[in-house]
Amino acid sequence: MKTLVLVEHDNKTMKDATLAVVTAASQLGEVHALVIGSGCASVGEQVAKVAGVATVHVADDAALEHQLAENAAPLIASLMDSHDAFLAPATTTGKNIAPRVAALLDVMQISDILSVESEDTFTRPIYAGNAIATVKSSDAKKVITVRGTAFDKAETEGGSAKIEGVTGAGESGLSSFVSEEIAKSERPELTSAKIIVSGGRALGSAEKFEEFITPLADKLGAGIGASRAAVDAGYVPNDYQVGQTGKIVAPEVYIAIGISGAIQHLAGMKDSKIIVAINKDEDAPIFQVADIGLVADLFNAVPELTSKV
Amino acid sequence: MKILVPVKRVIDYNVKPRVKSDGSGVDLANVKMSMNPFDEISVEEAIRLKEAGKAEEIIAVSVGPQKAQETLRTALAMGADRAILVVTDEEVEPLGVAKILAKIVAEEQPRLVITGKQAIDDDSNQTGQMLAALLGWGQGTFANTVELDSDSITVKREIDGGLQTVKLNLPAVVTTDLRLNEPRYASLPNIMKAKKKPMDEKTPADYGVDIIPRLTTTNVSEPPVRQAGEKVEDVDALVAKLKAVGAI
Repeated sequence: MKTLVLVEHDNKTMKDATLAVVTAASQLGEVHALVIGSGCASVGEQVAKVAGVATVHVADDAALEHQLAENAAPLIASLMDSHDAFLAPATTTGKNIAPRVAALLDVMQISDILSVESEDTFTRPIYAGNAIATVKSSDAKKVITVRGTAFDKAETEGGSAKIEGVTGAGESGLSSFVSEEIAKSERPELTSAKIIVSGGRALGSAEKFEEFITPLADKLGAGIGASRAAVDAGYVPNDYQVGQTGKIVAPEVYIAIGISGAIQHLAGMKDSKIIVAINKDEDAPIFQVADIGLVADLFNAVPELTSKV
Repeated sequence: MKILVPVKRVIDYNVKPRVKSDGSGVDLANVKMSMNPFDEISVEEAIRLKEAGKAEEIIAVSVGPQKAQETLRTALAMGADRAILVVTDEEVEPLGVAKILAKIVAEEQPRLVITGKQAIDDDSNQTGQMLAALLGWGQGTFANTVELDSDSITVKREIDGGLQTVKLNLPAVVTTDLRLNEPRYASLPNIMKAKKKPMDEKTPADYGVDIIPRLTTTNVSEPPVRQAGEKVEDVDALVAKLKAVGAI
């Protein structure tokens, strides 16, 4: 089987999310990668070094600079004449593009896979991760998105794939890019952070969130996350949100502060290696999944913890 | 301008789903069902556009069992003008739903379709994008803010790491994210009024599209259970513990 992996990148650097998809694809067959972008030759070179990648297709076109689904999907669909499975990371880019490709191919997509059981059978979470479904696809071609935390990352060195240029159909005329606001931060991105410090509604305000969560995260070199309740209350922007409706993370250490542990939050972080919970309420559901729990008032415990780590 | 709002009847947001012991699925007998929360946001957004004088009619549509009419009544009570129920007891996959919706779009000629980014039962996150592909329309997924003009819509999208703004020519498909708005509750008088609003009943056969499932679910199981660890007495014990496991 020949697979085609959508590379996650920003026209300069390949993102780690790609590596888990390469691993998933290698369980199906030969791995071909696809870089769509503009001025993205360096990304193609990085992907060519990833262990297990046989060929990198690079579509370098001004119309693809922002990877708009309307321009990207027809190109990917045409490449599927010579590939059997298309796999994209379950990032916002992958989730935007893959279903559009699937519909063009008349294929039912398999979203957010956790494992490859065989070449047509996969497991995936349903009901916010409260159940795991095993699904078998009868489509001749497969369109798949891959949950990054469920697969090991392929090595970024050791490969020597050949690089081939491909051309797309250009502008669809349906949509155009206007602007982008990407939060600039020295902080590690949530999906690749080794440690995450996450705050909940108990913080009480945006100011308190900043005052108590940020110093601890700084000290640990950690990414900052938040529960949906904290996001809804406006303490932090939505891209901090960890949970079924936000980001799915699996760091080495996840420190949940003032987070009760709603089902939808647990769905986003329960694959973390070590979960630490600090909460005033000893009955909070977060303690049922925490490896280390501390029942304490966060406003006392967190500054003390910050000073002692 | 007409706006089409597809909605799905799903297990209520607050109910913890229970996996059936025979592995055949999730137990939905006697479980509270509600409108998919992302679809509530879609209905709300359509109503706000109508209230702002930018749309004339809102058509809510659902593909599902007879009982999905309750979900459509909720949409009508919130402020949709009429509803279409495509009745089927079979499970229809996002691709099948998108095909039915494409036919309804051809009949109704809306300039805008607004639907939830995903349903909280199968968590597929596909229908809006598939519908846009089948129609050859632009798509504004995971909308945080929308601004509708007469021939275009500007959509600020929630993306990893921030926000992206795209402009789509109309007609277009928008899928909603959580922060787009906070849906209203239907008032009692509006719930009464909704009972008199028109609801058409159709079947998938009326649209002549292939909705035979492509995926077979062979098993549904509980996720691996994580065991609770231990509680520590104070911050010093916490720090010691973190050091002991090599976490810091």
